[in-house]
Amino acid sequence: MKIAFTTKGEGWDAVIDPRFGRTEFLVILDEESGKLEAIDNSSVSEHAHGAGPMTAQLIIEKDVQILVTGNGPGGNAERVISTAGIKTFTGAGDMTVKQAYEAYKENRLIS
Amino acid sequence: MKIAIASGKGGTGKTFLSTNWAAYMSETTPTVLVDLDVEEPNSGLFIKGDLLYSETAYKQVPDWQKTNCSMCGKCQSVCNYHAVLKVKDAILVFPELCHSCYACSELCPTDSLPMKKNRIGVISHYKFNKLDYVEGRLDIGQEQAVPLISQTNDFPAKHLQNVISICDCPPGTACPAIESVKDADLVILTTEPTPFGLHDLKLMVKSLVILKKKFAVVVNKWGVGNEDVLKYCGSMNIAVIAKIQNDRRIAEEYSKGNLVYNKFDFVRSELDKINNYILNSGESK
Amino acid sequence: MKEIVIISGKGGTGKTSITASFAYLSGENTVLADCDVDASDLHLLLKPETISEEDFLSSYLAVIDYNKCRDCGKCFEVCRFKAVSFDNEKFVINSQNCEGCGYCANICPAKAISLKIQNDGKLYISKTRLNKTFFHAELGPGAENSGKLVAKVKKNAKKYARENNLEIMLVDGSPGIGCPVISSLSGANYVVLVTEPTVSGSHDLKRVIELVQKFKIKMGCIINKADINTALADEIKTFLKDQNIELLAELPCDDVFTEAMIAEKTVAEVSSEMSGKLSQAWNEIINSIRG
Repeated sequence: MKIAFTTKGEGWDAVIDPRFGRTEFLVILDEESGKLEAIDNSSVSEHAHGAGPMTAQLIIEKDVQILVTGNGPGGNAERVISTAGIKTFTGAGDMTVKQAYEAYKENRLIS
Repeated sequence: MKIAIASGKGGTGKTFLSTNWAAYMSETTPTVLVDLDVEEPNSGLFIKGDLLYSETAYKQVPDWQKTNCSMCGKCQSVCNYHAVLKVKDAILVFPELCHSCYACSELCPTDSLPMKKNRIGVISHYKFNKLDYVEGRLDIGQEQAVPLISQTNDFPAKHLQNVISICDCPPGTACPAIESVKDADLVILTTEPTPFGLHDLKLMVKSLVILKKKFAVVVNKWGVGNEDVLKYCGSMNIAVIAKIQNDRRIAEEYSKGNLVYNKFDFVRSELDKINNYILNSGESK
Repeated sequence: MKEIVIISGKGGTGKTSITASFAYLSGENTVLADCDVDASDLHLLLKPETISEEDFLSSYLAVIDYNKCRDCGKCFEVCRFKAVSFDNEKFVINSQNCEGCGYCANICPAKAISLKIQNDGKLYISKTRLNKTFFHAELGPGAENSGKLVAKVKKNAKKYARENNLEIMLVDGSPGIGCPVISSLSGANYVVLVTEPTVSGSHDLKRVIELVQKFKIKMGCIINKADINTALADEIKTFLKDQNIELLAELPCDDVFTEAMIAEKTVAEVSSEMSGKLSQAWNEIINSIRG
């Protein structure tokens, strides 16, 4: 499965960004290959309106099935995410990507 | 006749002036006070009238009908506001982002996006002694003030005859403020005689000159600060039609939500100056 | 890097004057950002020297290429904003009314209409007399998209803070509860609310607290002009306690705010009483974000 994390940086040690739409980076883990892909989301966060749905479309394009984040996506983004059938897990607030992934696997996040 | 009360800087006394002046004027002339600061309508804190009428305000937004939709995605491609998105096998519409341009609806090859009413807020009409008071109140979460400002602005003309409209405008120089002064016969700018007040006044003057609006200045809290505001207005040939003295008692009454024109002679005499300006400038119709 | 944002709900409560004082009281490892882009006044107290500036290209305007235009009037038929009129035997776009929706450009059979991006303001990077770097901007008159400009100012300031290892980003936020405020709040670690004990101030304070609570950010409050209405000030204090919001300071109504403005100085530099109260408030904020 492909899992997207909202982060403040790139790589396994990056700290989770509590926001979704205006998250600074997205780190996408391909569980099959174990590879991480980091995407700079700063151009979306500059938009005054519609940032959430735009970021949502980005992860849909990448065939992501799971989203791990801090506080959770806002209303508009949530509509897009659930329409696309992506499952969201929150509560990863201050964790690193590595810690958040472990928490997800051990069912310690909120779904 | 429509008079808009605006300012660059917040806190310079727009609501203070519009509520007191409108209440004073209504004693002798049919007057309506219109609160166009739809994000934060505060005039009602001072004008405690009886509710006569209330209506929900709407804007038109597209409503997706699945049946005949071919999922061509043309709607998403013509929308400049990211308000229509094609996601998997659904078309999602985001009403707060929609500017009601009708492009997606009218260009849809299968007529699958008819426009429907979407609630944006409420317009209410109150009566306070002889004063009519109309207020637009934007629902929290609605991002665009302009459609509701426009509808509230049009309300008096539809329901009241032969009145003078005094409009309390939103602060600033961005589009909500511009929308609210667009069709005013005269704009009165409130300011305070301080460096911040002067700086923001200059920004507002710039906007009004571009819009070719007639305007004049009222200085509130006169006595604090310095006279730079007067010097500026003098150099630009801008009429300063009243100066309301800074008085702690006014601040105290205002803090409680009370009108002050009926308590202080000096406030009333400044309001008289504004009335005289309106009569003599040949604006009365 | 921690972000402290100062907002007020109602305008005229003293937000910018207090932000300037915090800028003066804060240590060297601070970057400043003025996100009150609609009517930015912070620079009047900081005397910034511009290091660089860039145009804020934001909204779109429809433009007709008359070499291609066939006068068919389709643009006039579809425009919902009364932005197309027939003037002097030509169809013309009214730039005041044009919303940049692009409908006319989409349907013009001669492809004579294009959307051109507009210069809606300016972004500045400056050095202040307090020796701190300052990111600010000014929105052009009548422009929209102030939220977007705010986001740009913050992005630039944040990048600078990261690159220079600065601990604090101090942000003068916008008044109100609309988009520019929401944009100011995004990513904040601590929000300072500046209010006054008046019915308008209290009304707007509650609305803005509701907004910040949605973002789950820690808040503290300064009641300015507290002696104007002590009964209402007490009500506000009770409300703050119920909402678990720190009371950072109560400042008396004082002409020193205006005197400082005219002297182009911050209140903390001009009044020892204000300096004392604001220092205390500042220390509480710092302890809160470090702790």
